Amino acid sequence: MNFPILTAIMLAPVVGLLFILLIPEREELTIKITAAVATFVSLVLAIVAYVLYDNGRGGLQFLQDVSWVPSFGINYSVGVDGMSMPMVLLTAIVIFTGVFASWDMTKRVKEFFIFLLMLVTGVFGVFISRDLFFFYLFFEVAVIPMYLLIGIWGSTRKEYAAMKLTLYLLVGSAFALIGIIATFLYAAQQLGHATFDIQTLAAVKYDLGFQKFVFFLMLIGFGVLVPIWPLHLWSPDGHVAAPTAVSMLHAGVLMKLGAYGLIRVGVFLFPEGAKYWAPLIAVLCIVNVVYGAMIAMVQKDLKFVIGYSSVSHMGYVLLGIAALNTLSLNGAVAQMFAHGIMTALFFALVGNVYHKAHTREIARFGGLAHQMPRVAAGFLIGGLASLGLPGLNNFVAEFLIFIGSFTRDQSLLGGLLSYRILSILAISGIVITATYVLRVVKNTFFGPRKPEWDHLEDARGVEMVPIVVLVATLILFGLLPSLQIDMINSGVAPLVAKIEAAKAIGGIF
Amino acid sequence: MTSYAWLIPVLPAIAFPIIVFITRKVRFLSALVAIAAIAASFVMAVGVLQEVFLLGITMEHPVEYAVPWLQIPGLLKIEAGILIDPLTAVMLLVVTLVALLVEIYSVGYMHGDPGFSSFFSYLSLFSASMLGLVLANNYFMIFFFWELVGLCSYLLIGFYYHKPEAARAGLKAFVTNRVADFGFMLGFFFLFAMFGTFNFRELAEAIPGYQNTAFLALAAALVFIGPIGKSAQFPLHVWLPDAMEGPTPVSALIHAATMVAAGVYLLARAFVLFASLPDVMLLVAYVGGFTALFSATIAVAQRDIKRILAYSTMSQLGYMVMAMGVGSMTAGMFHLMTHAFFKALLFLGAGSVIHALEEQDIFRMGGLYKDMKVTTTTFVIAALALAGLPPLAGFWSKDEILAATFDHGFTGLYILGTLVAFLTAFYMFRLIFVAFFGKRRAGLHGHESPLTMTVPLLILAVLSVVSGFVGTPFTEHGFSTFVYYGEPHHVEPNYAVMLISVLVALAGIGLAWLFYGRPSDVPERIANRYRSLYNLLVNKYYIDEIYLWLFRRVVLGLSEAFNWHDRHVVDGIFDGVGDMTRISGRKLRLLQTGNLQTYALVIFTAVVIIALWMAAPVFGGVVQ
Amino acid sequence: MITLNHYLALGGLLFCIGLFGALAKKNAVAVLMGIELMLNAVNINLVAFNHFLEPARVTGQVFAIFVIVVAAAEVAVGLALVLNIYRRRLESNVDDLDWMKW
Repeated sequence: MNFPILTAIMLAPVVGLLFILLIPEREELTIKITAAVATFVSLVLAIVAYVLYDNGRGGLQFLQDVSWVPSFGINYSVGVDGMSMPMVLLTAIVIFTGVFASWDMTKRVKEFFIFLLMLVTGVFGVFISRDLFFFYLFFEVAVIPMYLLIGIWGSTRKEYAAMKLTLYLLVGSAFALIGIIATFLYAAQQLGHATFDIQTLAAVKYDLGFQKFVFFLMLIGFGVLVPIWPLHLWSPDGHVAAPTAVSMLHAGVLMKLGAYGLIRVGVFLFPEGAKYWAPLIAVLCIVNVVYGAMIAMVQKDLKFVIGYSSVSHMGYVLLGIAALNTLSLNGAVAQMFAHGIMTALFFALVGNVYHKAHTREIARFGGLAHQMPRVAAGFLIGGLASLGLPGLNNFVAEFLIFIGSFTRDQSLLGGLLSYRILSILAISGIVITATYVLRVVKNTFFGPRKPEWDHLEDARGVEMVPIVVLVATLILFGLLPSLQIDMINSGVAPLVAKIEAAKAIGGIF
Repeated sequence: MTSYAWLIPVLPAIAFPIIVFITRKVRFLSALVAIAAIAASFVMAVGVLQEVFLLGITMEHPVEYAVPWLQIPGLLKIEAGILIDPLTAVMLLVVTLVALLVEIYSVGYMHGDPGFSSFFSYLSLFSASMLGLVLANNYFMIFFFWELVGLCSYLLIGFYYHKPEAARAGLKAFVTNRVADFGFMLGFFFLFAMFGTFNFRELAEAIPGYQNTAFLALAAALVFIGPIGKSAQFPLHVWLPDAMEGPTPVSALIHAATMVAAGVYLLARAFVLFASLPDVMLLVAYVGGFTALFSATIAVAQRDIKRILAYSTMSQLGYMVMAMGVGSMTAGMFHLMTHAFFKALLFLGAGSVIHALEEQDIFRMGGLYKDMKVTTTTFVIAALALAGLPPLAGFWSKDEILAATFDHGFTGLYILGTLVAFLTAFYMFRLIFVAFFGKRRAGLHGHESPLTMTVPLLILAVLSVVSGFVGTPFTEHGFSTFVYYGEPHHVEPNYAVMLISVLVALAGIGLAWLFYGRPSDVPERIANRYRSLYNLLVNKYYIDEIYLWLFRRVVLGLSEAFNWHDRHVVDGIFDGVGDMTRISGRKLRLLQTGNLQTYALVIFTAVVIIALWMAAPVFGGVVQ
Repeated sequence: MITLNHYLALGGLLFCIGLFGALAKKNAVAVLMGIELMLNAVNINLVAFNHFLEPARVTGQVFAIFVIVVAAAEVAVGLALVLNIYRRRLESNVDDLDWMKW
């Protein structure tokens, strides 16, 4: 296939962005429609690519290479495998629904959509890059518009949150950059020629000390973005401050950049380093899961609840990565997808409520199901996905993570802990999650009708687009998980082969 | 027919989206779609049962159909599959029949409710999930549907979501069940870790040869936590009484006849796991026995008609679990079947009363028999069946449990079971004498319910009478040679046990008549005399209060502490780093005077020093 | 006989005077004059080196001319700045011109 479909997916928002630049600021509707069309093109192309991807063949597909700086071995080379293809689809879905979720935006609409499209271009770029240089470049492209989007269009303490987020992420990416440069230099010395190609870099034999060092850098660098405890605090504040569509992209996709980077650049290049640090990740992720969920239980602001729930859910992804086996890594990638969709749904709905009610304080709500039955239904489905109800995408993902880490027979801390115990602790998270999610549902949507909120209108028209698309995605992959897992497994298999080839090495504990 | 059995859950499952998306506005069609779907399922279930007989499908030779659902080559194989054996066939029949009758009944009961259509959509979803659970051929699928029935239970308990109590009860039910599911999930994870499969048949082949019984016992005990939650056994029983906030047909279908029995069904399905572990079996038996007594004592002191029935359900489920624990799967399943019929009837009868009076406190009712002949008659039949009077259904099944307990040497449990039988007869007839007979109270006038409601009552009443005959000790090829574990066995009639249980039941009824059948102040005097015991019973042994305290103080307290820690300690450290940068910047910037000439001087001095340093070798070399 | 050293000494002296003027004078115009002096000291050095070391080529002289041109431009810019500051603030005392620190 000669059509550069991946580049097209990435450039569709850029084209939309250029068009928007030409549209006068007053033509808000035209701007929104342009953005919607641009992201719709991305979505359609992403679906086409998803369908055309050959699971049986696996590996990287839809390759495209353009030489860029030959002397440093930098190429614009793109391609997707079974792990990145779902992420591309996720990004396309979230941005498409995100545009509709920002339909009611009135403040500096033109700039908002320009930055939004710029942001998503960066995200697409990260997921399709096969070249470490471009990987990092796009990574940074994704971070910068985020600052402006939160700082200008945000709410609650927006400057603080925007600054906090940007500083955390930049400090993180500085670590990752050091790691990338070190890898580049090491590999250039070993290979005798400079290259940034991830596949080539992965074939290099790195010595153990180097792997430990660089994987740690990657762990900090990408871990901030995941976010791994205790580097997570940018995320609740950032989620709360960000405007709806940005929260959706942020929690839905940006966090996955971290986990994806950790797998793609961390685990894939440095399997021994990963084995060494895995126990640390495993212990920290339990803190993520349990501690995050318990904090979510006592939040008073709807968005904070979801912000902390993301911290908790991304803990599952980390557990999947830490367990380093086929099942768990499959689960981790699936959970990235599922959580992205679910949390985007949450933020879209909360944004909807907030836009109309001008508050997100749970205690002031109650009985909203009377005024907003569709929003309530959507929120309930999101909540059920979040607590891992069978039939929805998250269940499959969490199940795979749990069973993967549960069957990993390795003890830590001289037998004091084992992956099995950690898994049990992580599974206990589903109980806490059920408690806080359903409590929020009850306190917000159930109960007697409050006349105070009678002026709220239920979601309708374009507002239904995000709800319908996201719910349908959750149900589709929940009922037919093989559509997703077969693809992910084709991407995870080589990774696991590499991990297993790595010589046995004791973990940090 | 068996190869089409997968359609049985699929039909109601299709009805669900049809009602939600298409017929929601047209109430009549919604009910029609739901009832048509479940009726078709019922017909197919009958077909399956017939074929099980005709083809000689037995417990040892089940039929299995499966398609892969999720596969990771070499590591994980999860099938969407169905397993058909007599156990499945019986459950299918019970579930479809009760669901069908309840749905017909609901047409009358929910008439005029604004949520009429969504009620039927939830019922369809529930039926689909419950039937899926019954048909599942592996632990994964059973867990899948196990959670879905829990969801439907949540939705239906909270059906009147404008009522804060209903919303709270739904939440409580779901979270309590989640705790149980957590255990269940761990249990079959352990099994998977040991055997690498979820499939019942493969496990049944592998388990008997497994050596590490400690590990196996742990897995079995964890799996048993699932039934403890779903079948409302002590200590996870607290959700079931509150679940009565849901509409009464829901209480009949979900919280009496089918879903709560899923725990018992799971025990039967997983019997091979438990059978080899006497310690775990003992645990099961005592949990069941204790719950039976525990909840029967609470039922004695309740005033709400539905709550009395709820505690009675818990008590009867305790019986079934106890039967499983003493090793008689047959008795447990037999009681499950008969109980489904007469308990559904009791709830539907109670619903009929509530429908007429809009009142649930039995002490505000009275003399209902005059206005509600059909309801009263059927209710009394069901109560007699529950109390265990021959020849009604409950007598045969309860008698089989007691006989099994006695025969297997659990004398303590047998005495306990007999005591429960006495209490059961007492609280049921307390209810009947107070609510249906005696004088009219509080100006409440009943009226008989419409046909859609009375016809299901009559059908269930017939079943409450006859369904026991399939398994009497006098029947040659009865229930015990159909649904069993191990060898098909025919139980010889144990006349002593029969006689004693009839006598205690009569004693219970008699005592109820003495206390409540005529004007009397004895109950009040007793209540006053043993005030603290009475309060203990009325307040359900304060278990709810203890849990609430644990949740509020411990869990929420810990969460608050974590929140504080996160906001102040962790964030404090990171914000502190930021603040330190800012503060040091503020101090350091004082070095910048802003005076150009000062800068120029510094620059010049630096240039001179560098020049001297570089020129050092020329001048004789300080630095080499 | 005037040798290279004499020129260099003159250049050094001139440079020091210019430096002192640039660093110590209060008036901005005087500071600019100091800078001019320093540049001229450099010019003297350049021309002197050219004359004594590479008489055949004119590199140093060309360089000096460059410096003169740049200096002229610099004075133009500098004076424009001073003039502007004087108009706005009615002073040309460099000690008070410390707004660069915020």
